[in-house]
Amino acid sequence: MSINATLLAQMVVFAILVWFTMKYVWPLLKQAMDERETRIADGLAAAEKGKHDLELAEKRAADVIREGKDKAQELLNQANQRANQVIEEAKTAARGEADKVLASARAQIDQERIEARERLRKEVSALAVAGAEQILRREVDARAHAEALDRLASQL
Amino acid sequence: MSAQGHGPATVTDYIVHHLTNLKVGEGFWTLHLDTLFFSIVLGGLFAWVFYSVAKRVDSGVPRGLQSFVELLVDFVDTQVRETFHGKSELIAPLALTIFCWVFLMNFMDLMPVDLLPELAMGIGVPYLKVVPSTDPNATFAMSLTVFALIFYYSFKIKGTGPFLKEVFTVPFGPMLAPVNLIFRLIEEIAKPISLALRLFGNLYAGELIFILIALFSLGQAMDTLLDPAPFTIFVAQVILGLMWAIFHILIITLQAFIFMMLTIVYLSMAHEAH
Repeated sequence: MSINATLLAQMVVFAILVWFTMKYVWPLLKQAMDERETRIADGLAAAEKGKHDLELAEKRAADVIREGKDKAQELLNQANQRANQVIEEAKTAARGEADKVLASARAQIDQERIEARERLRKEVSALAVAGAEQILRREVDARAHAEALDRLASQL
Repeated sequence: MSAQGHGPATVTDYIVHHLTNLKVGEGFWTLHLDTLFFSIVLGGLFAWVFYSVAKRVDSGVPRGLQSFVELLVDFVDTQVRETFHGKSELIAPLALTIFCWVFLMNFMDLMPVDLLPELAMGIGVPYLKVVPSTDPNATFAMSLTVFALIFYYSFKIKGTGPFLKEVFTVPFGPMLAPVNLIFRLIEEIAKPISLALRLFGNLYAGELIFILIALFSLGQAMDTLLDPAPFTIFVAQVILGLMWAIFHILIITLQAFIFMMLTIVYLSMAHEAH
């Protein structure tokens, strides 16, 4: 083991190596690696953003679908309501019509009954007169008894 | 077995041969050619591989070698950012260089101990120490450079006045200024020495154990290798060598990491007030 001029030569070699590395090797490699780091970070950020956007879009799509469903349901309800209403209206109208028909039928019946009663009364009076004529077997003044017979007929 | 023939014959010669550098020059002005050669080749390998990736680096999906290089860069960058909270153009590349260079130099320890020296001897090179980090010149070169940077940043970031004030007043206050100075000097000097000697010691010891394991079959002729006794020794050598090599994978990485980590810690201390 001896220290000699080799030491100085080695120092020069070492210094040149360090200088070379500092000047031509390290900055290039470091720059490339830093660049890659940035690119990877950007890529990851973009992926994260894409994921986020997708989530938002999915949420929005779900909202739209739900809204559509709600609207459809609403329309269906309205239609049902309307249908019920129409049915009710129709029922009411039919009932009214039926009542009217019934009423007119009743009125007609009443009318006819009155007429029939009138006719019967007349016929009964005629029959009563005829009967009295038959009973009395003589000439009766129809005109003199007509008043009494009418009174009788009105009590029928 | 490889040391026979034209190589040194005795155990001592064998070990000494392995621990001797290939030298030129005299006295202080000696150069360890093997240390320089391997450290420059390995440093060049590191620089070339990293530069070729950095040149056509792509911020898209990384592939193959680029992934590996980025793994290292990211690893070093994480360590630096966890420890050092200032802003510095130098510390992270410095740490990367230290980690990779030290690791590659340590890695030479996993080469078969005799392979490269014997090949070198084949082309007429008498000595070859293949692991640069077993040469204190190499480890001190790095630790002293780091030491110089510690001082440079201490003065630059803290300013001369506050730095000198810190030297004289921490940790015992202004009344014990000389003691503080001595403490500080010891602390500062211990940094490069411990850095360099830790790496050197670990790798030197590791290399020595590889050499000792290689001694098992030293001087054994090839044709007697299949006899029962030499064969047992040979198997023992293979198993021990394998175990030590596997364990050494951990050591060389750990030592490279420790050197890098302590450099970051020391430099961040130089950036922050006590």
